[in-house]
Amino acid sequence: MKVAVIKIVTSSIIKHIAQLANLDLSDEELKSMSPQFSSILNLVSKIKKLDTTNVSETSQVTGQENVFREDEVDSKRILTQEEALSNAKNKHNGYFVVDAIFEE
Amino acid sequence: MKGILRFGRYQMVLPFAQNDNTIMYINYESIIGLEIHVELKTKSKMFCGCYADWFGKSPNSNTCPVCLGLPGALPVTNKKAVEWCVLLGIALNCEIPEFSKFDRKNYFYPDLAKGYQISQYDKPFAINGSLEINTNQLINQSTNKPINATMKQLNNETMKKKIRIRRVHLEEDTGKLLHDVVGGKRVSLIDFNRSGVPLVEIVTEPDIRSSEEARIFLKKLYQIIRCIGISDADMEKGSLRIEPNISVRETSLRASVKQSLSAQTDIKIATSPSAPRNDTNDLPSYKVEVKNINSFSFTRKAIDFEIARHIDLLNHGETPIQETRGWDEKKGITYSQRSKEEAHDYRYFPEPDIPPIRWAESQISNFKLQIPELPNVKLARFMKDYQLSEYDAIILTDEKETAEYFEKTISLKDTPGVAGVQGFPGGGEIGIIPKTIANWIINKKADINKVSPEKLLKLIADQTQRSIIPDDELEKVIKKILLENPRAMADYKSGKENVLMFLLGQVMRGVKGKSNAEDIKQKLKLLLNLYPDV
Ligand SMILES: [Zn+2]
Repeated sequence: MKVAVIKIVTSSIIKHIAQLANLDLSDEELKSMSPQFSSILNLVSKIKKLDTTNVSETSQVTGQENVFREDEVDSKRILTQEEALSNAKNKHNGYFVVDAIFEE
Repeated sequence: MKGILRFGRYQMVLPFAQNDNTIMYINYESIIGLEIHVELKTKSKMFCGCYADWFGKSPNSNTCPVCLGLPGALPVTNKKAVEWCVLLGIALNCEIPEFSKFDRKNYFYPDLAKGYQISQYDKPFAINGSLEINTNQLINQSTNKPINATMKQLNNETMKKKIRIRRVHLEEDTGKLLHDVVGGKRVSLIDFNRSGVPLVEIVTEPDIRSSEEARIFLKKLYQIIRCIGISDADMEKGSLRIEPNISVRETSLRASVKQSLSAQTDIKIATSPSAPRNDTNDLPSYKVEVKNINSFSFTRKAIDFEIARHIDLLNHGETPIQETRGWDEKKGITYSQRSKEEAHDYRYFPEPDIPPIRWAESQISNFKLQIPELPNVKLARFMKDYQLSEYDAIILTDEKETAEYFEKTISLKDTPGVAGVQGFPGGGEIGIIPKTIANWIINKKADINKVSPEKLLKLIADQTQRSIIPDDELEKVIKKILLENPRAMADYKSGKENVLMFLLGQVMRGVKGKSNAEDIKQKLKLLLNLYPDV
């Protein structure tokens, strides 16, 4: 796969990435991140200098394939409602509670 | 709107006349693709050992570190879920690629505990399939309106159409959100019991041209899913969810048509289709996706609503906006869901926690052997084996249970005594043919949920026996049978009394069951004795 080297990460790109990561960034933060992002990308792009002529593409390193489990219920691992909710900031009647998601 | 709705094509009468006696027509055609999500009825979830049957359990009582997305928890793939996904792919005439893998689809939504959904991106379990459907695209040529023909009227004139399947892949379901007010504040409540339930997604090519075709396709898909037994596809529980994507294109301006001023209703429309189009190269520049519909009839309504909305916009020179919309089943309308637009950058990447899947050729051919008789194969067999019309066969094979009931009754038909008709080898001898049984079931003369196949045969036999032909006619038939069977007569005269049963059967067939055994027997003996010995 071809990857274009991004020399300058604009603040609009950072804004988009922040949005995807569900982060609120101030204008100040946006501005300061632009050079940081660029330098990280440039550092990582050094990997492109490696000669990979005889290396085949892969997305995993264990070499394993077809790792399955049988279709069985493992009730020992099922948490009780109390356990499941034990770390929740907000709960109500056995549910996790978050700020309203509006479906418009 | 003055549109004339047709199956698959829509025609607008423009408000202006070109010049005298001429009206311009614009044709609109809807382009529809479907995404269907089906929850599998495995015992356990997709990547953990929690129950897949989440419905009706108290909230958050069916979770574990894996399906709650707790740090460090590792998913392990449910073998059965994968096999069932492949089975569905095969049933939908797909290719099963030798190599497959899972990917992470990243987005933030509260019902997704991990911040990503394990799904499949570029290497799904099944690709390039198709499903053939029967459509009824009959248009009344003089009124240019669809004929509201019932299946019966159309009978064998159903048209066949292939809907291409782009892919069938496997993923995990999300948690369920409820919206409520707690302590005066509007909140969303999350239940993760459903999180991680195996979910198959089926994606069609945009080959569907009307809401009716969509409905027919979905019905057929539903039958196949139920037939291979991988899901209950219970729409009330949300185990089958439909997302149509819809756009409308203008087909070329129809040649203007002569209009007789007085008889506007009698306009003759040029019925030849517009120039052949290359579907994939000629799709509209936008499409609208309607999310999560949970019934066939709502799907149909949502599609019709969208088509009308798009035509209206196009008619005003506007192009509909590409967007995601929700379906409001109470108001019967769709509404914009801009909130879902932001996150369409999913940054898929291969799931590092799950090694890829590679099939041996023998495994794939083994899967193929596991496919039971699919609805369309059964339909063809019913027509051939039982000499039924396509209409009858469609109705009998529509529900698996009805088909089984019919075949059970057929299998008993010729069992001596079953039909309660004494002295006869079986139902066939008194004129009960498969078509008779089919008629009884189709016309609901008996409730097959209450009446056993044995009882049904008895009912049919009773009614068949009730219609009796007059004596002289019976005599005529017997004489004819005797003359046709001199050998049998001779045998009888030489003392082979069991030949009587053969003759009796022949007579019964000759009178199409419209007599009873005892009468025929008496009359046969009488007439046999009247004929001289050989
Ligand atoms: Zn779990």
